[in-house]
Amino acid sequence: MPDSSTAAAVHGEAHAETHNPALLHHFATEEQQRDASNLGMWIFLATEVMFFGGLFCAYLIYRLKYFGDFAAASTSIDAALGGTNTAVLICSSLTVVIAIWAAQRSRRALMIAMLVLTMLFGLTFLGIKGVEYRDKFVEHHVPGSSFSFEHEEIPGHPGEYANPQHAQIFFALYFIMTGLHALHMVVGLGIFTWLLWMAWKGRFTPDYHTPLEIGGLYWHFVDIIWIYLFPLLYLIDRHR
Amino acid sequence: MSEDSTSGHSKSSSLTTYFAVWIALLAGTLLTYEAAKVDLGVFNAAVALIIATTKALLVALFFMHLRHASEKLLKLVVISTLFFLLILLALSMADYGTRAWS
Repeated sequence: MPDSSTAAAVHGEAHAETHNPALLHHFATEEQQRDASNLGMWIFLATEVMFFGGLFCAYLIYRLKYFGDFAAASTSIDAALGGTNTAVLICSSLTVVIAIWAAQRSRRALMIAMLVLTMLFGLTFLGIKGVEYRDKFVEHHVPGSSFSFEHEEIPGHPGEYANPQHAQIFFALYFIMTGLHALHMVVGLGIFTWLLWMAWKGRFTPDYHTPLEIGGLYWHFVDIIWIYLFPLLYLIDRHR
Repeated sequence: MSEDSTSGHSKSSSLTTYFAVWIALLAGTLLTYEAAKVDLGVFNAAVALIIATTKALLVALFFMHLRHASEKLLKLVVISTLFFLLILLALSMADYGTRAWS
């Protein structure tokens, strides 16, 4: 490795000039360290895309096969609650970017306020989700032995009823996909609790706030998943 | 507001941009909700997916700062992610979509 001596020199200089305790020894510069963290997070998100991608693929296959049954099942979900939740998540993404913006300008109070707001939006989302799930339990739309979807008309086909077995596949996908998404929200809330703690202790400076940035990447990714889940699960054939 | 002039933060957009993207995302949500109630025939699903993809792009480009990404390795990761997702969905659909369902 012919470059190792120069890298070591750069490394030494960076340390001599800044003495930034956040700069780990195996990185030459703060920028290199930040880029490495960002890249690592994006690679993790790539695995998450494939993880959710398999579920979206299963959804597409069964939606093509049992479209009428999927439409009948989808219509039974409260789209207004789902739409509200989409707006809540979008607001939480905005507060995340404002928190990073504030960290870059040493606006500690604003950063902490935005992190708290993000978590409140996240909790609101989970609360609304809980109301939705409760409705499904009350209506016996949860897959399993007590599942019931009898005499539900297929939208646009009066007199034709959805096949309960096929509708059950929709609800299984609905609970797995939104449940996995909700699990990601819970993990996100854990990450943001830690970020809030770090922010409270004054760990984030204009020069070093990488945890905020990569925590934000995760939060935005979970938002993007929901942006697809909302129209796919809640809005099938609503116009009939 | 002159946020972008702050030194060393080329990756960050201005607050004005963030609020504009936020408004666009909320408008997109309302649009997708209202469009679902209109009978567009086979295009209902297409419209919903186009709106969702536009919203996802806005989040990725502005909120996740992909617009300012300079590292080629990062772009490679993002593009290959989409490429493999496309393979997963397109090849599966090419199979199931062309089967004769009874």
